Amino acid sequence: MFDSIRNRLIIIGVLLVASVYFLFPRTETIRVASESGVMRDSVVKRIPIKRGLDLQGGMHLELELDQSKQVSSDVKRDIELALQVLRKRIDEFGVEEPLIQKQGDSRIIVELAGITDPDRAVEIVQQSAFLEFRLTDKTNALDKSLPAMDRVLRTLGVSGTGAAPKPSAVQELLGGDSTARADSAAKDSTAADSLSASAGGILQSLVQPSGQMPGEYVVKETAFPRVDSLLNIPEVARALSRGVTLFWGSQPVSIGVESYRYLYALDTRAMVTGDRLVDATAQLDPITNGPVVNFELDHAGGRRFGDETGRHIGDYMAILLDGRVQGRPPVIEDRIGRSGRITLQGKSIADAQDLALTLRAGSLPIPLKIVAEGQVGASLGADSIHGGVTAGLVGTLLVVLIMIGYYRMSGVLAVLALMLYLLFTIAGLAALGATLTLPGLAGLVLSVGIAVDANVLIFERIREELQHGKSVRLSVDEGFKHAMNAIVDSNVSTVLTALFLFQFGTGPVKGFAVTLIIGIIASMITAIFVTRTFFLLWLQRRPEMATLSI
Amino acid sequence: MTRFFAHANYDFIALRKWAYGITALFVVPGLIVLAVRGLNYSVEFTGGTMIQIRASKPLDVGKLRSGLDAQGLKGAEIQSFGTNNEYVIRARLTAVGADTSNTQAVSAEVTRALDAVLGKGEYTMGQRQAVGPKVGGELRTKAFLAIFLSFFAVLAYLAYRFEWRFGVAAVLATAHDILATIAFISFMHLEVSLTVVAAVLSMVGYSLNDTIIIFDRARENLHKAKDVSFKDILNRSINETLPRSVLTHGTTLASLTALTIWGGEVIRPFALVMLFGVATGTFSSIYIASPLLMWIEEKYPAAHIRGTRKKEQPATTTGRRRTQTTP
Repeated sequence: MFDSIRNRLIIIGVLLVASVYFLFPRTETIRVASESGVMRDSVVKRIPIKRGLDLQGGMHLELELDQSKQVSSDVKRDIELALQVLRKRIDEFGVEEPLIQKQGDSRIIVELAGITDPDRAVEIVQQSAFLEFRLTDKTNALDKSLPAMDRVLRTLGVSGTGAAPKPSAVQELLGGDSTARADSAAKDSTAADSLSASAGGILQSLVQPSGQMPGEYVVKETAFPRVDSLLNIPEVARALSRGVTLFWGSQPVSIGVESYRYLYALDTRAMVTGDRLVDATAQLDPITNGPVVNFELDHAGGRRFGDETGRHIGDYMAILLDGRVQGRPPVIEDRIGRSGRITLQGKSIADAQDLALTLRAGSLPIPLKIVAEGQVGASLGADSIHGGVTAGLVGTLLVVLIMIGYYRMSGVLAVLALMLYLLFTIAGLAALGATLTLPGLAGLVLSVGIAVDANVLIFERIREELQHGKSVRLSVDEGFKHAMNAIVDSNVSTVLTALFLFQFGTGPVKGFAVTLIIGIIASMITAIFVTRTFFLLWLQRRPEMATLSI
Repeated sequence: MTRFFAHANYDFIALRKWAYGITALFVVPGLIVLAVRGLNYSVEFTGGTMIQIRASKPLDVGKLRSGLDAQGLKGAEIQSFGTNNEYVIRARLTAVGADTSNTQAVSAEVTRALDAVLGKGEYTMGQRQAVGPKVGGELRTKAFLAIFLSFFAVLAYLAYRFEWRFGVAAVLATAHDILATIAFISFMHLEVSLTVVAAVLSMVGYSLNDTIIIFDRARENLHKAKDVSFKDILNRSINETLPRSVLTHGTTLASLTALTIWGGEVIRPFALVMLFGVATGTFSSIYIASPLLMWIEEKYPAAHIRGTRKKEQPATTTGRRRTQTTP
C-alpha cells in the first residue's frame, strides 16, 4: 500500500485535505461588548482554533452562592466545594483552559476562553445537578390534602377567580385517559370528594390527577407559575400530609393542543442520591433513539438502591435533578443494583452529555448566581503576545536557515515536510477542539524540535551510509531504515510520558500533554512518511543522480 | 557536504568523574538554596490582589508592566476588561517575606506605579479584592506524580525494546535533569509560573529523547561489534551520534535564543528554563546516562545477552545467548 509513490502522494493529499477542512474558516457566533459595554451576539468568520484566555481572553463571570433558596452554613467550605465541582465540570478533559479563581471569601471568578454560546456557559455554571430517586406517593396524599390547602388559601384571602380555568376543559383535553382516571378515582371516596369540591377551591380546580400513575397530577402550563407560588406559601405547604413532598416535572408536555406541566407527590425520603454516583455516560438508546444517561453507583449506594427497589417492585420511581422530575417516572420492574439509566425526553444528545458530565463532576453544595458578567482581554497582555510572535518567527526562520544551509536540497525537502507537520498538528488541535495557550505552545515548540530531530537523524544516517561508499539509492533506503528505531523508541517514550501527564495532570498540564501527543504523532508521520515520499519522488525524477545534495 | 564532527573520536566516558563532580557542584548547592529559600511561585499559584482600573486614555501594557516591576510587583498580570480602557491587574508583593495577601500594600504599590506611568488623575481605581490561586497546588504535585509514574512505563518500554539496564540509566539521567533544572530555577530565583512548569515538562521529554537516541546507537553497535568492550561501544555511539546532536541541539538552541531575546518578560523565563534544560539534557545523555549504563553493566553484567567482550568478561562465561529484540 505504501510502496508506490502514487499511493503515498494520495495519502499525503488526503491528510492535507483533511487538515485544510479542519482549519477552514467557518462562521461562528461570538458575544462581543459594544461601545456602550452592552453584550451582544455577533457573527464572525474565522479559523476554528480556540485561543486560550492568556492569548485571546474570553467571557468573565463572577459568581456568588445563591442563598435565597438554601442557606449556607459554612460559606468558606461551600465555596471551596463549588470551586472543585466547577473545575471538574468545565474542564474535564483539560483542553478548555478556563480560569476558575476564588475572589475574596465568597466569590468565584470563572473565565471561559472563546466561548461561543454564553447561555450554555451560564448553564454549566449554574446547574447544581443534584440527583435523587424517590417513589411516587401511593396514598393519594395530595388529593386528600387539597381541600385543606384550599381552606387555608381561603382564610388567607386568596381569591379563586382569574387564572382558574374551567375544570371541565381540563378533563375534555385529557380525553380517554380522564375517563379512566375518573373510574379509578371514583373508587377512592376522598378523591371523589376532591373532584366534587373542585369548584370551591383554586388548587382543586387547577390540579388534576393524571390518572396514569399514583402521585402524578397535571397543571396547565399557563397556571403553572400561579400554582407553584400558591404551593410555596408556608401555610399551604404545611397543610400537605407529612411524608410527601411536591415536585414539578422538568418540561411542559403537550396533551392535545394545550401544554401541561406534571406535578408529582413523592416520598419525602429519597431512595438514593447522586452523592453515591461514581460514573455517568451519555448515549443514544438504540431502540427509541432518544438520549439516555447511564449511571453507576458506589457499593453502598448500589446495595441501598437494590434493597429499596426490591421492596417496591411495581411502584413508580421518579428521577429528580435539581428538584425537577426528569421524564415520566418509570415503573420499577425488577431490583435495580448499582447501575441504571435516566431517559431524557425531548432533549438532545448534547444535553445528555452535559448531564452526564455534571453528574460525574458532582453537585454544587449551593446553587450559584451570576453577579457580574463581561469580556476580558488576553491575560498575557498584548505586549507579550507580540513579543512571542516575533520570537517564534525569528526562531522558525533560524531553523529553516540552518536546515537548508546544512542539508541543501534535502534540507529544503525537510522544511517542506516541517510545514506539513505544523499544518497537521494545528489541524489536529482544531479537530479535538483544544484550546491553544502559552503552555500548549510550549508543547508545540518541543514537538517542532522533535520533528526537526527526526529529519536530522535520518539525514545523518544517510550521510553515514554515503560515507561507507554505498550508492545514493541504497544510502537513502538504509538511512531511513536505520533511523527508524531511534525515532520510534524516543518518540514512544515521550508519548508515554505525555500520556501519564494527560491522565494524572490537571488543567493546563493536560493541555500541554494533548499538544505534545498530537505533535509527536504528526512528527512521526511527516518524518517517516512524508519526507520519505519526497526523497522517492526526487530519486525517481533523477535516477542517474550520483551525488546527493545532503 | 559539510559535516561537523564526522569522524569524532573523543573519550567521553573517561571524563565521567569530572561530570559527576560538576553535577554535584551544581545540584547540591541548588537544592540547599531551594530548601532555604523555597521556590518563588507566580501569582497564578499563590493568588494575590485583583485591582480594576480605568485609564483616561489607552495605556501601554508593556510600560505598565515595567512600572509594576519597579514597585516590587513582579510577574503581574494585566488584562483588558470590557471596553473604555478598563484593565484588571492581578499582582502580589514578591519581596522575600512579603505578605502575599496584603491587599492594602499591593494597591498602594499599584497606585505608585500608575502615578509614575500614567500620571496622577489619569486613571480611576475600582474594585480591589484578594483573589485565590488560579491553579491549585495539586497541579504541581500531580504533574510530578505523573512524571514519576511515567518513569515506570518508560522503564517497562525500554526493558522491552532494549533491556532493563538501558531503561534504568535513561530514567535516572532524566531524574537528574529534573533536579538540575529545579536547582537552576532556585539559583536564578525565577518565578515559577505555568509556563515555567511547561518548560520543565518539555525538558523532560527532550532529555529522554536525547538519551534514547544515543542508547539506540549503542544497542545497534553492541549487535554489530561483538568483540569491543562496553566502554568503547558507548564512546563510539556517542561519537557517531555527535553530528546529529550538534544539529538538533543547534536548531533548538537557536530558536530558544530567539525566544529569550525577543519573547518579552512573560516568555523569557520559559525560554531560559528550556535553554538550561536542553543544555543539561545534552550533558546528561552523554556524561550521566552513558556512564551510568556502564556502571550498571559492571555491577550486573549481561554476558548472556552480549556474549564475551574484551576485558569485562572472562572467556569461560558461556551463558545462553539471546538475540536482541532489534528488528
